[in-house]
Amino acid sequence: MIAILPPTAPARMVELEIDGVEVGALEGSTILDACRANAKQIPTLCFLDTLHPVNVCRICVVEVEGSRVLVPSCARKVEPGMKVRTDSERVRHSRKMVLEFLDSSVDLSTTPDVADWKTAYGCDSERYGPPALPAPAAERDHAHAGHHEPPDPDHRATVAQPVKIDNSLYVRAYAKCILCYKCVEACGTDFQNSFAIGVAGRGFAARISTEFAVELPQSACVYCGNCIAVCPTGALMAKPEWDKRSDGTWDESRQTQTDTICPYCGVGCTLTLHVQDNEILKATSPFDQTVTSGNLCIKGRFGWQYVQNRREDEPSA
Amino acid sequence: MHNGTKIISVDPRRTSTAQWAHRHLPIRVGTDIALANAIAREIIDAGLVNETFIARATAGYEAYRGSLDRYTLAFAEQETGLDAGLIREVAHLYARADRAMICWTLGITEHHNAVDNVLSLINLSLLTGHVGRYGSGLNPLRGQNNVQGGGDMGAIPNRFVGFQDIRDPEVCDKFARAWGVPQKNEYGMTMTQMFEAIEHGDLRSLFVIGENPVQSEADQTKTEQILSSLDHLVVFDIFMTKTAELADVVLPSAAGWCESEGTVTNSERRVQRIRKALEPPGEARDEIAVLCDLARRLGADWGDISAEQVWDEVREMAPAMFGGMSYARLEQEKGLRWPCPDESHPGTMYLHERLWDNPRTGPPVPFNIVEHELPIEQADAEYPFVLTTGRRLADYNTGVQSGGFASPLRRSESVDMHPDDVRRLGFADGDRVRISSRRGSVVAPVRIDPTLQRGLVFMTFHFQDDVSVNLLTIDATDPKAGTAEFKACAVKLEPVEVVVDHELPAHAGIAGD
Repeated sequence: MIAILPPTAPARMVELEIDGVEVGALEGSTILDACRANAKQIPTLCFLDTLHPVNVCRICVVEVEGSRVLVPSCARKVEPGMKVRTDSERVRHSRKMVLEFLDSSVDLSTTPDVADWKTAYGCDSERYGPPALPAPAAERDHAHAGHHEPPDPDHRATVAQPVKIDNSLYVRAYAKCILCYKCVEACGTDFQNSFAIGVAGRGFAARISTEFAVELPQSACVYCGNCIAVCPTGALMAKPEWDKRSDGTWDESRQTQTDTICPYCGVGCTLTLHVQDNEILKATSPFDQTVTSGNLCIKGRFGWQYVQNRREDEPSA
Repeated sequence: MHNGTKIISVDPRRTSTAQWAHRHLPIRVGTDIALANAIAREIIDAGLVNETFIARATAGYEAYRGSLDRYTLAFAEQETGLDAGLIREVAHLYARADRAMICWTLGITEHHNAVDNVLSLINLSLLTGHVGRYGSGLNPLRGQNNVQGGGDMGAIPNRFVGFQDIRDPEVCDKFARAWGVPQKNEYGMTMTQMFEAIEHGDLRSLFVIGENPVQSEADQTKTEQILSSLDHLVVFDIFMTKTAELADVVLPSAAGWCESEGTVTNSERRVQRIRKALEPPGEARDEIAVLCDLARRLGADWGDISAEQVWDEVREMAPAMFGGMSYARLEQEKGLRWPCPDESHPGTMYLHERLWDNPRTGPPVPFNIVEHELPIEQADAEYPFVLTTGRRLADYNTGVQSGGFASPLRRSESVDMHPDDVRRLGFADGDRVRISSRRGSVVAPVRIDPTLQRGLVFMTFHFQDDVSVNLLTIDATDPKAGTAEFKACAVKLEPVEVVVDHELPAHAGIAGD
């Protein structure tokens, strides 16, 4: 009468070949899962375990025998008998081009691992010429699809523009944005369902935007900061980290990361506190924690300031 | 919800949850039992009860069914203000669902008949068998990171750690032997009872740890009088709260969640580790160290004990619940849900599975007969509005913690009203008005809120330093649980003329300036 369902159904094993080696992978898992389980390093930018794959950055592509085009390993499911090559000349060339196009147009200075990848794939972004002047504030926010300027042969196009600081909690430095969609997914159906941001425009004019490009306090943003957590390039950054990086006092070698539990409601989200010189600078949450898979609300991500404030007005007995 | 879950939101206000819900039931404040009992009667009348489950796992069904006679859909419609067809639809949705869960929070429990409200919901789960199975059940959503843990640890007047009954002589003996001190096998007092005992002169000293009752309790004027009448008040807190200001001694505390070690237990009974990430400021000290010092001064030398040693004693004294939860496992497995009796036990995802054993194991679960009762104070000619208090996303309780960060979502206190009521009283959005109950009076700006019902006004209690909303609330409490009726009191609203500011009661401030 009433179904008593187990939480998950068991999965079968699939046999496939990665770089000439037979491996097994769970049915329904991706090529990326299989590669990582077998110690194959695949670079990723737009991929995150807890988000639906959107296949936009193309950095994780691999060659699959019988497939006309390279396939994104983060989204393609394993199939029995599949023959995958993760480091062929074609794969390496494709990754090099993706990296060069991104690196020549976007500030990747706070993207982890990117320097190593550039070396590994022999990237030379300078060959596209010196960068064009940054766009004035808000210019890119109002670019219309199809309104093209004649190309400037002496300079490479970039998305450089001033940082947006319109609230006290986090900044949006879209000069660092690679349009990976992660923030849009986290704000939308994957996590928060606030839909405060989306991708506006087309082609090189595409950008992440609030509706009508209003400032965040006028938008639907609830300041959960789950977009910051998923941003792979540091384009979205909590204000204290941004300030400390700007004045040169952000020093990860002096920081500790301690996992504890949020002091607010009864959900029990894990907070990783990033502490430098006995000062909390940032709260994050591990993606592999089952309670909320790395998601927080405004109070968890930003509400710890009171601990700090006590240091300023020292209590005494 | 993206996977097809239907959410039914029962809330006097059209909250963001209500806006997402499959159906929103904008119930009249304090008529929850009328709704629950009518749903029960409809489930029975429509033949949708789970007869097998009722026969095997429950007791008292016939008497319960008999008690539902007057709870027709028409009666419920009249009392709750909800459409009878909507109540019927929800009854059928709940009863016919493969899996269904009832979650609630303070809208159910901050009433003078809080326990009855909860029992009325338990009855629904027993009628339909929506309990003790994966994906079904009853779920009180906890409002603080360790409400569950506080009760689990015995920080309640009638239980030792692990919900072991203080009146059970064997239990009492066990703790007396372990601690080497005789234990009184009688219940202590709830906070409400403590306040009564202070009023009657029976309780003369109070040690308050991490609580700000001056601003969190109903009827603030009375709370302040009561606490001021003590011979001795000690407050152990991370802040100089309004309560601490009344204290004879204030002990500054480390912030438990980030300046000391320990565990907290969340809403799903998951025990998780809290860890020290930074040093406490100034003279603030770890809570366990302070309590050990206090014990030493009182003549009991416990030595210097760690949080893990305390936890291991918890495991030893309540092995059925916590025996298997070593610090090593809590670390490794990122928390465990009780009961977890031994090291090989994986923890428990949901409770009451035994109710599905055939034949039944253990005692049957009783239906409880509960009757609809309106809140103590009703709107009347003199106080024509009902005030209900609640919370906002970016703020937390009396604001001592959440007030520390600059939230772009924060706006100061307001009295939220339906546009028709605003118009009827001749107010405009933003007008400062005086809100008065039989106990006190505050001033706040009007905010037009079409998500409210006519006749209902809403305020938070996040900004008590500016607008002391708990001057208005009623201290009517549930005789069984001691919870106060924060969700309903009668108020009137009047325009404020600018010149009367200096005549306001001492604690009433002006918000929004």
